[in-house]
Amino acid sequence: MDTVDLKPIIEALVFVSESPVKVEQIAEALDVEKQVVVPLLRQLCSDYAMSQRGIVLQETAGGFQFRTRPEYAEWVRRLSRNKPFRFSRAALETLAIIAYRQPITRAEIEYLRGVDSGGVLKTLLDKHLVRILGKKDVPGRPLIYGTSRDFLELFGLKDLSGLPTLKEFSELALEATPAADETL
Amino acid sequence: MPYDIKIDNFEGPLDLLLHLIRKNEMNVYDIPIAEITGQYLATIDAMQNLNLDIAGEFLLMAATLVHIKSRLLLPQSEDEVNEDEDEDPRAELVRRLLEYQKYKEAATELDSRHLLGRDVFARDFPSPELATQDEDGFQAVGLYELVEALRGLIRNVPDPSYHEVTFEQLSVAERINQILSRLAGKENLPFADLFAPSPSRHEVVVSFLAMLELVKLRMVRLLQNTRFGTIWLFPAVAEEHLTGLDFDEDALGYG
Repeated sequence: MDTVDLKPIIEALVFVSESPVKVEQIAEALDVEKQVVVPLLRQLCSDYAMSQRGIVLQETAGGFQFRTRPEYAEWVRRLSRNKPFRFSRAALETLAIIAYRQPITRAEIEYLRGVDSGGVLKTLLDKHLVRILGKKDVPGRPLIYGTSRDFLELFGLKDLSGLPTLKEFSELALEATPAADETL
Repeated sequence: MPYDIKIDNFEGPLDLLLHLIRKNEMNVYDIPIAEITGQYLATIDAMQNLNLDIAGEFLLMAATLVHIKSRLLLPQSEDEVNEDEDEDPRAELVRRLLEYQKYKEAATELDSRHLLGRDVFARDFPSPELATQDEDGFQAVGLYELVEALRGLIRNVPDPSYHEVTFEQLSVAERINQILSRLAGKENLPFADLFAPSPSRHEVVVSFLAMLELVKLRMVRLLQNTRFGTIWLFPAVAEEHLTGLDFDEDALGYG
């Protein structure tokens, strides 16, 4: 089969996939090498990015998925009648610490945040954004936590290396808005 | 000096300290501990006046601040100088503040991304329950999902409405044999079918243990076709090996 014919097939496969579809899955379905699929997927990505479409093809959580453009969020929400959800600052902070420092124990999270984080950790586990990776080989064998695939999907990350680099501070950042004014 | 204090939800003592240091434009490497402690305590007082819950962590930090101040005031003993390499008592606090600021910033950054379901949307798919069962699509069941399933079962156990005196002893070994005979001749068995419509807590625990034993013995595999979908038991050995085995409690260590 010519690679020209493959592109629309790949498009169809991504379209019908429930979760971000992996290159391996597509290659297996088409019975071709992965190296054939990757450039075609990239082409599709740029095809969508260039044209005036409501959706884009995004690489996320180790796969590819069609997503609406962020500009149209409000219209999509009108149709689905969903209110945009909000993360609490505690949840975001804890999630950020786990994402950058995994594998990490609850005690380590609490030391970094300076507050008890049991409740927020449980919420993140319940929402499947965080998962238990195992137990740490130290006295007490505490559980160690890491982020899940759902976390990558939610934040539209390819993998953990796609996380924005942490800013190192040697000074306190002077923000225009002091902490107390933040609403999140 | 009256403090202009805005009470809001500080995430914790580090958040509050960061805010105070920033607001006063203090040098983080040379924090005036007495000044900051005063402001810190005033804020906690104000929070108490507003009947906000003061978590223990806020008080712990107040104690830490006072402790640091006392160490700054006291001349160091010989031993201590050698042990601590003359480190500024404030150093650990500064490290924690800078570290905390880093993750606070990272959290804001994460929140500014295009979140699935908030800023960008993918297609909604029909409930996995309605989808046809197909073994190819199955994935191994994770520990947390299994625990979740157990929790769900235990939650459903009704409170006993009467006092039961008879003590029925259902053993793990018996349950294993029951599960195996139910699996025999079948391709799979849904997890929920292991339990009677309203099982007792004892039955739930014994059945769950029996299932885990079977997985450990590699006689049964636990699979599901979507995350958090139905959990299925699949026999992992040929059918003739399923039956005819007789487990006893002692061998399993429950005797």
